[in-house]
Amino acid sequence: MESRQLQLQRLFYGALGVLGLAGCGVGLASAGASGLAFALFALLTLGGALMCIWERSVVRSAFALMGTFTGVAGLFVLLEADFLAMAQILIYVGGILALLLFAVMLTPPDLGERRLGRVLTGLVLVGGASGWLGYEVARSARWAVQGAPLDGRAEGFSSAERIGVGFLAVDQYVVAFELAAVVLTVALVAAVYIARRRRSDLEPEKGEA
Amino acid sequence: MGLGAYVAVSAALFALGLVAILTRRNVIYILMGIEMILNAANINFVAFNRFGSMKLDGQMFAIFTIILAAAEAAVALAIVLNVFYLFDSVKPSETDLLRE
Repeated sequence: MESRQLQLQRLFYGALGVLGLAGCGVGLASAGASGLAFALFALLTLGGALMCIWERSVVRSAFALMGTFTGVAGLFVLLEADFLAMAQILIYVGGILALLLFAVMLTPPDLGERRLGRVLTGLVLVGGASGWLGYEVARSARWAVQGAPLDGRAEGFSSAERIGVGFLAVDQYVVAFELAAVVLTVALVAAVYIARRRRSDLEPEKGEA
Repeated sequence: MGLGAYVAVSAALFALGLVAILTRRNVIYILMGIEMILNAANINFVAFNRFGSMKLDGQMFAIFTIILAAAEAAVALAIVLNVFYLFDSVKPSETDLLRE
C-alpha cells in the first residue's frame, strides 16, 4: 500500500517534471528569453495548482498553492503590472496563505479524504469541457488587440504611481477605493466577531444536558 | 508572448480550481479552489489590460478582486472554525443540521 503510494507520487512528479521541461523548451524555442520566463512562471502557476489537487496532506497542498500565487505574481511582472505583482505577493503569499495555514492547523488532518478516482474523473471531465470550450473560443473569437502593446518603459516603467493617482483622483476610482476600505473594515470586524470564542464555550457544562 | 498564451494559462488555472472545488471533500480545499479561480480571473484582467487599448482599468479591477479575496479569506476562516466547533468536522457533506 505504502509503496504503491510512493510509486504514484514518483509517477506524478516525474510526469510534471517532464511536462515542465517540455514547456520551457517550447517557450525558449518560440520566443527566446521572454518565452522562457513565461514558461517558467506558467509552470509554477499550473504545477502548483496540480500539486495542490494531487497531494493528500492539506499542509502540502497549502504550500503548493504558494507556488501558484508566486507564479501569478511573475506573470503580472511579465505583463508590466509591477505594483500588482507586489500586492499579489504581499496579500496572497503573506496574508491569505497564512490564513489558510491557520485553518489547516486548527482542523484535524484527514489523509484518507482524497479519492484518486474522483480527482482523475474530475480532471478528465473539467479538462475536456474547458479544452473544447477553449478550442471553440480560439476558433471563433476575434480579439480587438492593439497591434503593439503599451510599452510601459516609454512612460516610466512603474505603474504604481499611475495606480495611486487613479485611486485618489476625484474623477476616477476614489469612490470604489473608499467602498473597498469600508468592505474590508466590515469584513474584518465580522470575522473577529464570528470567530471569537463565546464564554459559554469555555465554561464547564451546566447540568442541562 | 501574446494574449492567447496568458488566456490559456488563466483558463487552465480556472479549470484546476474547479477540479479542486468539485473533487475534494474538505472545506479548506474548496477555499483553495476559490482562490485559484480568483487568480485566474486576475490574470485575465491584467492580460487584457496590457494588450487592449484601455489605460489602467484592468489592473484596478484586479486590485479590487485581491481586496475582496482577502476579506473573503478572513470571513471564510472564521466560518470554518465555527463549523468545526459545531460539527467536529470540516467536510461540507456532514454539516446537515437542518435535516434533523
